[in-house]
Amino acid sequence: MDLSMRWLADYVDCDMPIKEFVSGITLSGSKVECFETEGDYLSNVVVGQVKEIVRHPDSDHMFICQVDVGEGELTQIVTGAQNVKKDDFVPVAKHKSTVLHEGKVVKITKGKLRGEASNGMLCSLAELGLTVHDFPYAIEDGIFILGDDCDKTIGKDIREAIGFNDTTVEFEITSNRPDCMSVTGLARETAATFGKEFKLKKPEYKGVKGDINDIISVKIHNSKLCPRYMAAVVKNVKIGQSPRWMRERLRASGVRPINNFVDITNYVMLEYGHPMHAFDLRYVSGNAINIRNAQQGEKITTLDGVERELSSEMLVIADAEKPVAVAGVMGGEYSGIMDDTTTVVFESACFDGASVRTTAKKLGMRTDASSRYEKGLDPHNCYDALMRACQLVEELGAGEVLDTHIDEDYHDDTPDSVEFDSKWINEFLGTDIPQQQMIDYLTSLEFEVKDGRVYVPHFRIDIQRPCDVAEEVARLYDYNNIPGTIIRGVAQAQRTPKQKFERAVKQAMFACAMNETETFSFISPKYFDKINLPADSYLRKCVTITNPLGEDTSVMRTTIIPSVCEVLARNNNYRNPKCYIFELGNEYIPVEGEILPSEPSRLGMGVYDTAGTFDFYSMKGIVENVLDRVGAKNVSFERADKDCGYDEFYAFHPGRVAVVRVAGTAVGIFGELHPKTMENYGLSARTYVGKLDLPEIMDNSQSQKKYKPLPKYPATTRDISVVCDDSIPVAELEKAITKAVGSILEKVTLFDVYKGEQIEQGKKSVSYSISMRSHEGTLTDEQADKAMDKVLKELSAMGAELRG
Amino acid sequence: MKEQLRSIEERAKAELKEISDAKVLEEFRVKYLGKKGEITGILKQMGKLSAEERPAMGQLANKVRADIETALSARVSELKSAAEQVRLKNETLDVTLPGKAPAIGRPHPLDAVLADVEEVFLGMGFEIVEGPEVETDHYCFEALNMPPHHPARDTQDTFYISDSVLLRTQTSSVQIRTMEKMKPPIRIISPGRVYRSDAVDATHSPLFHQIEGLVIDKGVTMGDLKGTLELLMKRLYGDEAKIRLRPHHFPYTEPSAEVDMMCFNCHGEGCSMCKQEGWVELLGAGMVHPKVLEGCGIDPNVYSGFAFGIGLERITMGRYNINDMRLLYENDMRFLEQF
Repeated sequence: MDLSMRWLADYVDCDMPIKEFVSGITLSGSKVECFETEGDYLSNVVVGQVKEIVRHPDSDHMFICQVDVGEGELTQIVTGAQNVKKDDFVPVAKHKSTVLHEGKVVKITKGKLRGEASNGMLCSLAELGLTVHDFPYAIEDGIFILGDDCDKTIGKDIREAIGFNDTTVEFEITSNRPDCMSVTGLARETAATFGKEFKLKKPEYKGVKGDINDIISVKIHNSKLCPRYMAAVVKNVKIGQSPRWMRERLRASGVRPINNFVDITNYVMLEYGHPMHAFDLRYVSGNAINIRNAQQGEKITTLDGVERELSSEMLVIADAEKPVAVAGVMGGEYSGIMDDTTTVVFESACFDGASVRTTAKKLGMRTDASSRYEKGLDPHNCYDALMRACQLVEELGAGEVLDTHIDEDYHDDTPDSVEFDSKWINEFLGTDIPQQQMIDYLTSLEFEVKDGRVYVPHFRIDIQRPCDVAEEVARLYDYNNIPGTIIRGVAQAQRTPKQKFERAVKQAMFACAMNETETFSFISPKYFDKINLPADSYLRKCVTITNPLGEDTSVMRTTIIPSVCEVLARNNNYRNPKCYIFELGNEYIPVEGEILPSEPSRLGMGVYDTAGTFDFYSMKGIVENVLDRVGAKNVSFERADKDCGYDEFYAFHPGRVAVVRVAGTAVGIFGELHPKTMENYGLSARTYVGKLDLPEIMDNSQSQKKYKPLPKYPATTRDISVVCDDSIPVAELEKAITKAVGSILEKVTLFDVYKGEQIEQGKKSVSYSISMRSHEGTLTDEQADKAMDKVLKELSAMGAELRG
Repeated sequence: MKEQLRSIEERAKAELKEISDAKVLEEFRVKYLGKKGEITGILKQMGKLSAEERPAMGQLANKVRADIETALSARVSELKSAAEQVRLKNETLDVTLPGKAPAIGRPHPLDAVLADVEEVFLGMGFEIVEGPEVETDHYCFEALNMPPHHPARDTQDTFYISDSVLLRTQTSSVQIRTMEKMKPPIRIISPGRVYRSDAVDATHSPLFHQIEGLVIDKGVTMGDLKGTLELLMKRLYGDEAKIRLRPHHFPYTEPSAEVDMMCFNCHGEGCSMCKQEGWVELLGAGMVHPKVLEGCGIDPNVYSGFAFGIGLERITMGRYNINDMRLLYENDMRFLEQF
């Protein structure tokens, strides 16, 4: 809502500095976004009169003018404009002035034009920042010749002379206060905020004798959707321009002046917050106005020239034959005012907010009128708005208004009232405001307080409960005067086990040099192709947004892997030499038979490092660290395959991907990206990604650590190297060793895997250091030898022989 | 014999002064103090002496041995310390050469600030609760006093999954889920992702984070709301942080407020950072609307409460002077490594 401060002054004295006004009105609830003074970029531009004009001797299109700018001597100015005559009053940009040129502020200084001195410039409307809509008698491509509606005092500042010096304040009005979407509404707030008088006069007009019912009939067929419809008729209409004061105020309010009747309806809408419509009687067939539901499939061509198909829940204004307007949204093609209109019917009506909102939305045309109606307008206001429109017609001499009007009124007129309890209000706010002060606040907002109740003025749709009254008191008291207090009572809180678990995971990631990221939870369905998912993968079944911003953000991710890959690819594009990242985020998995998907939390990880030091086992080490940190029980790894339970498998190098299990449950997959995936993301350095299923890990973890006594007796260590088939995973050998050594085993450490010379093709040599210790005493050589014999037997049974 | 011992002592001491090598020192020790050394040699001749002379000579020989030993160990430590001096001198480093830090990972700025906010509220006894991001219309709008066609819905451009399922536009949905499950007194915060159909630019993102707060108890006042938010801002931004409350409208609170923080740059005077307003909008808050309480089975005549929703991006960008929201979701390593 753009408010003209000059217009506001009609209704309340507002003589304080603008900054004070802006701050005060913001703190009482009408938020100011910004304010702007018209034409503040113009300086040293004044009214001048052309005293003499001759052709430029060296140019066939320029003129030399002698202009009186009130400085005693005449000022010589050369102009290229063709519309200037002797004695014209014109805007003169003097030496060292500023004007607009192609939308930018430029400085004007004296100079020579083809040898002739020019000490300034005569200005067009555009150079002042105006258009022909502001001064319809001026021409676009010539000098602005001041008309009789301007102050022609020579030397006067041009902004004052043509009324281009209003201040516009832009408000953000919340949806519960449609009454403040108007000059009078904001004037009422201003008066209450600053303790001033609100000077609202009931609009009246004289009118000419005549019965409106002889000219038009009005019938409401659905009083639920249209509680009130008022009409007035203007005869002998004279279409023309509005006076300058009206054009000025419309301009300051961001509305383009058109002609007197259109301007009047807009003026009333801005002043009273109530949309109006003006019909040309010639196009109201049968001289009948019916407010009815549209017939299913009925068509109307609206003012914007678009044919629209209506449905039966929409309300229309129809004549005897057809719809002439979509109620509260937009008029029909022929319903507007034309140059040859002779009789105008003014409509001032009230329509149901929700109905207007649905209709506007369905037709895809949100207008100034519909956005007002949908918030719920006051049926009372129909009357004042109509009277004001009629008054303006008379004031502008735009036609003869009949002294009768139609008022079809079905609305309930009983004022709402709410209990008034000043003690409760103080307790609720935490204040100590005297009761009388509260009553004064409420009265200034036109509430009536009597018999322990607050009676709500009809224009306030937002007051239904005691807390609503408390807000009215609080906002005039100023929220900032409420003393800040600490909540009473003692409470203790701690993070939930899940939150503690996730924090522990993050700590482990930080210790592994992994940086935390935040990515969007919605992705493109194309990302599933980028990670090579088969067409029938279960991961492609996702929660889909019906109205996405674009395909890139149209489905909720079912796997965190593409998000990780995107971050890696972006960093690679930025030529960052390495990228170590993780994200702790949700996946969104549709659940059969449930309305909402499940949102399990996942740890996504990704690394590339052009230094080449990071490999599969580095990624595995990170996984091991995380699992160790959270106390995951019985961790094991196995090569992943297409049936491993994770379709993310297809993103990976099939020989370099592992599934990790905790207590037998698969809880994650990680490995090196498939060359195809890397190509899809434009990655060149070998890239490692993974994901861990956090809830599943948490379910199988022991966060409580237990101390084991430090050993009293020395350990005995034996090293062995065995040769076995390359295909046997080392984890199998370890299992055998662990089983063979039994309770005295302290640790098995793999220290070498060798393939190549001296080792038969298809075999490998694996070396272990086996540390044994007893808690009862120092192990003897015999005990250790016995254990090692068992080890060799076990290994031999699986085809691993001691290396000779 | 006495003279012999004296001359041995003199010779030894003179010789010792010349020695600067550990190996030669050992030779010296063997030569004078060893089993076949000169002093032992003298002692072997003791048998020739009379019984009267023997003790005195024995004493003298022992004294000479002790003196040489002392001199030797003095020389040893002298040489050791000289060698140490040389070594220390040779090992002098240029301490301005770069360090070799083990790599560590860093938290995302949003998560770093969130952790700070959580600490403040845990300290005030607020539990941290979570709720679903894909949410029903009921929890996101209806139960928050925004029935279908409510105009306030327009201010939150919503992504829909179906007619009744959507991506939550605000963490306020968790208020309802919490009140349905917990009985007052309630003190919770609920951080999380929210979604609105805004195209990406320097100050907008279709996905961002809010931290919802909710307190319900007997006798909770608007002053408590103000005091709680003041405390939060002082903890986050220091004691000079100043906030102001402006009346606003949210369907689920009454009275409602928007909370601004005084611009750090201009201290309320107005500058380019705060768009000349002197204040920067931080969050929305208010007293929980009685209709919302009723809907969750809490009697508004017995209980009252307040709620607030903080934009995590906004306070994070303010904290680190980040001027473009896109940086937060780009995850450029050069950005991430700064926190």
